Amino acid sequence: MDDLISEFITETSESLQLLDSELVKFEQDPENEKILGNIFRLVHTIKGTCGFLGLPRLESIAHASENVLGRIRDKTMAVSPQAISFVLASLDCIKSIIEYLGVNGQEPKGDDAELIANLNIFAEGGGNNTKLQTQKESIDISFANESISKSELIAFAAPIVIAEQPNKDAITLKAKETAILEGLAIEPKEREDAQGGSAQNQSIRVNLDVLENLMQMVSELVLTRNQLLQMAKNQNNTLLQATLQHLSNITSELQEGIMKTRMQPIGNAWSKFPRLIRDLAHDLGKRIELHMIGGETELDRQLIEMIKDPLTHMVRNSADHGLEIPSERKSVGKHETGNVTLSAFHEGGHIIIEISDDGRGLNLAKIKQKMLTSGNITEVEIAALSDQQIMQFIFNPGFSTADKVTSVSGRGVGMDVVRTNIEKMGGMVELNSVEGKGSRFHIKIPLTLAIIQALIIESGGERFALPQINIQELVRIGKATQYIIEYIDNAMVLRLREKLLPIVSLAHILGIKADHTIDEKTIFIVVCDVGGYNFGLIVDRIFDTEEIVVKPTSELLKNISVYSGNTILGDGNVIMILDPGGLSRFAGEREIVGSNAIADLRQEILSKKLVNFLIFKAGKGARRAVPLELVSRIENIDMSNIEMSGEHAVIQYRDTLMRLYHIDNIPIHAENIIKKVIVFSYDNSTFGLIADEIIDIVSTFYDLQLTSTQKGFLGSMIIEGKATDILDVAYLLREINGISHAISNTKNDNKSTVLFVEDSPFFRSLTVPFLENAGYNVVAAANANDALQLLEKESSIDIIITDIEMPEMDGFSFAELCRSSLKTTHIPIVGFSATKNEESIKRARKAGFKDFILKTNRGDLLQSIAYLLKHKEAV
Amino acid sequence: MNQELQLLSDIKIAASEEEEFVTLSIESQLFAISVSKVQDVLRGQHRITHIPLAPTEIKGLINLRGRIVTCINTRECLGLPKQKNSDGMNIVVEYKNEFFSLEADTVGEVIIIPRNQIEKNPANLTGKWKEIAAGIYKMQDKLVVILDVKKLLKL
Repeated sequence: MDDLISEFITETSESLQLLDSELVKFEQDPENEKILGNIFRLVHTIKGTCGFLGLPRLESIAHASENVLGRIRDKTMAVSPQAISFVLASLDCIKSIIEYLGVNGQEPKGDDAELIANLNIFAEGGGNNTKLQTQKESIDISFANESISKSELIAFAAPIVIAEQPNKDAITLKAKETAILEGLAIEPKEREDAQGGSAQNQSIRVNLDVLENLMQMVSELVLTRNQLLQMAKNQNNTLLQATLQHLSNITSELQEGIMKTRMQPIGNAWSKFPRLIRDLAHDLGKRIELHMIGGETELDRQLIEMIKDPLTHMVRNSADHGLEIPSERKSVGKHETGNVTLSAFHEGGHIIIEISDDGRGLNLAKIKQKMLTSGNITEVEIAALSDQQIMQFIFNPGFSTADKVTSVSGRGVGMDVVRTNIEKMGGMVELNSVEGKGSRFHIKIPLTLAIIQALIIESGGERFALPQINIQELVRIGKATQYIIEYIDNAMVLRLREKLLPIVSLAHILGIKADHTIDEKTIFIVVCDVGGYNFGLIVDRIFDTEEIVVKPTSELLKNISVYSGNTILGDGNVIMILDPGGLSRFAGEREIVGSNAIADLRQEILSKKLVNFLIFKAGKGARRAVPLELVSRIENIDMSNIEMSGEHAVIQYRDTLMRLYHIDNIPIHAENIIKKVIVFSYDNSTFGLIADEIIDIVSTFYDLQLTSTQKGFLGSMIIEGKATDILDVAYLLREINGISHAISNTKNDNKSTVLFVEDSPFFRSLTVPFLENAGYNVVAAANANDALQLLEKESSIDIIITDIEMPEMDGFSFAELCRSSLKTTHIPIVGFSATKNEESIKRARKAGFKDFILKTNRGDLLQSIAYLLKHKEAV
Repeated sequence: MNQELQLLSDIKIAASEEEEFVTLSIESQLFAISVSKVQDVLRGQHRITHIPLAPTEIKGLINLRGRIVTCINTRECLGLPKQKNSDGMNIVVEYKNEFFSLEADTVGEVIIIPRNQIEKNPANLTGKWKEIAAGIYKMQDKLVVILDVKKLLKL
């Protein structure tokens, strides 16, 4: 293709994009002659160049729209949306011809008579009463040359503009360009100065391939430099060292410089949004104002290309679904004009992009309904999800709450693709929304794809790189630390700040032999976060973080999901880059989004209604069971290691002595067999229950058929069609803690009395002795009605602890009743629940709770009771 | 663009009457690979990065002057027994812009083979050998299997 033509195309494309946003701005501010002058000049330039290059179609269209603009400039015609629409239509036409020109090197055949005629009629009629029709198919127009300097301020798609002197001037230019993007008024004179000759000469166009090649070569230069440095380490030649140091510095600077050429302001990805929003507003009959903040924030051009489509989709969504029509906005007391705000800023090696609107927000009820119909989740589970968790469901494939499919959005192929694309870039996306107030998308992506921060780890003698963006924290496990890995069946879990974190061994996933043996010595866990799903990865060793250049893996290795690429490290060795997304599948991530929340939730629900029972054989009776959540671990213990302490059998276990207990008082003696021991561990005391055989883990409703008179048993119930004795773990714990119990009992003569309301016998039997241990008198009630009766006749109650989810009357209503009665209104009430979310906390506050504590946080409960009793007078 | 070039060079080769091949031997069998595909010949040990979960035919990755090269366990590909002490040689070929190194016991000289003297595979070749052989060339004292790199790599 002719060099002149290809240059013309690049320049014109830039001018066109600029024209789009300038026109939209002009429509909003028709009095601004500076903008108009700008627009006029741009169109004029296009026309001029087309004539020069012999592109008649482009020239005639540009000419016609210039006529319209000329009338407006001369004030012989008023600015109207219609006029702007016509000019925009002609620009679209020009764009499509340019596109064709770019591919084929010549103008497409076609006739623009109608468009031109329309424009002319419009121009002649002064925009009055002319019935015009824009014709979509008509294609074209073209462009020219003088005005480029301005458009060059904004670097664009294919070629990159390199600032030769990134000096103060260039920076001011950049600021101005941003200002243009943001629609801030600028003195046109100043702008013209900036665009003047000097600016024009400060940048050149470079082919992208050249830059990519340079980048490649610099990467290799860096690697070679690193090797040289390593080799020279042991040399004593100072001159060599000095020269090398110099070489090293230059190399670093060169690398930085080349990296810079790849960086572009994110505003480039936004440049088409003003037009998009304008057209949308027009089509949808809405009033929308677009704000763009931080357009100068720079990131790798490759990423800019990749983020364009997801951003467009989200902006469109905000305008279409998010914002209401003016009448609706007015009726809810908002300004008729809705706002869509785009902002970008840097945050620690990442760029954050936010898209927010002040529209109606997400309709949670609708989403819940959608979730239900999708069938992945039950109503009960949804009920306990937080709003925040529910919102993330819109990122599920096929999810759309739009009732109708419009041309704009609502086809249900949106947000999941957005999420996939963003994750492909190594980024994350989150959504926040308040119904009636608006929504905000929060996107976090790395600054560049080519170079990422990675943590170098080792497993089974091989080193691997793990992208830093997915790493949440590192946890060391060993004797000196508070953390231990626990087992449920064969699954490893770690208690990390009141959460159960699934743990997988990297060596195990990769099928290699690890250096470490779990339990044996210090091991390292890398806590990974993949789109909100957390899991821990056991590795043998952790090295440094390093900046690595990501290279795609060989075609032969593409289908191994645990790798996302490979790279060469500074020491010259090749290393595989792990894909945390791929690894997470081995850690049991569920298919649906928000799976983490649901997994947690399931557990919580189970603890309330369904109970997981560990079923085993021990002693004389047939089947025995204990609630699994009370079990700390199951161990194989060599019975020959048993020692006797007084009349109790004990065994050395993790550097402490653990009491062993056998059901039905069967005597324990040392013998040469291995037995399964169920380990219970509460409040710093541990005991082991000897079992003959572990049968199963069954999840069932707690429904005691027979209550037991025998100590140590709660009673019997039918599990899987067989009678099963349920152990009273609380009693056993009390037995073993007998001594400490007695001591704490004497601690306080003037004991406070706690009323404990809880429908689950398990929690009752666990919590009552726990509170007693802490030195309180405890009165327990199985439901709210019993509790009210107790309160009626008992006047010594100092504090009430109540469960929330109870049959007949829940904790909230119970608390409200207590508060409303004169007799009980002074008693502080503490909520003790399996779930805690914003809604429940809000309700609790309304109902008059003094505190709200999770059942898993028994320590907090004691603190809270102590505090409330102490400050009771003040309360 | 690259594919086009590749195609062009293929046509050129097809058009010319003879072609240069590098010979290599594995388990005393001679093979030949077109010189146009060969990038390098490596001697001795390179520090290799093993890839857990990768197919057994892939030995690992090495760094060849800043490029990552995938090492192919040729014996495994051919169903031959493992060699105890593998300080043999490697021949690096380029395929679809990627580098692969093929393990060989020895790498021999470059020979010129007239196209018309490459015979079709004998009908009784079986299994992997049938796939990876693009024909047989009769040297005076030995038979040479022309290696089809694409099939060997299963790409």
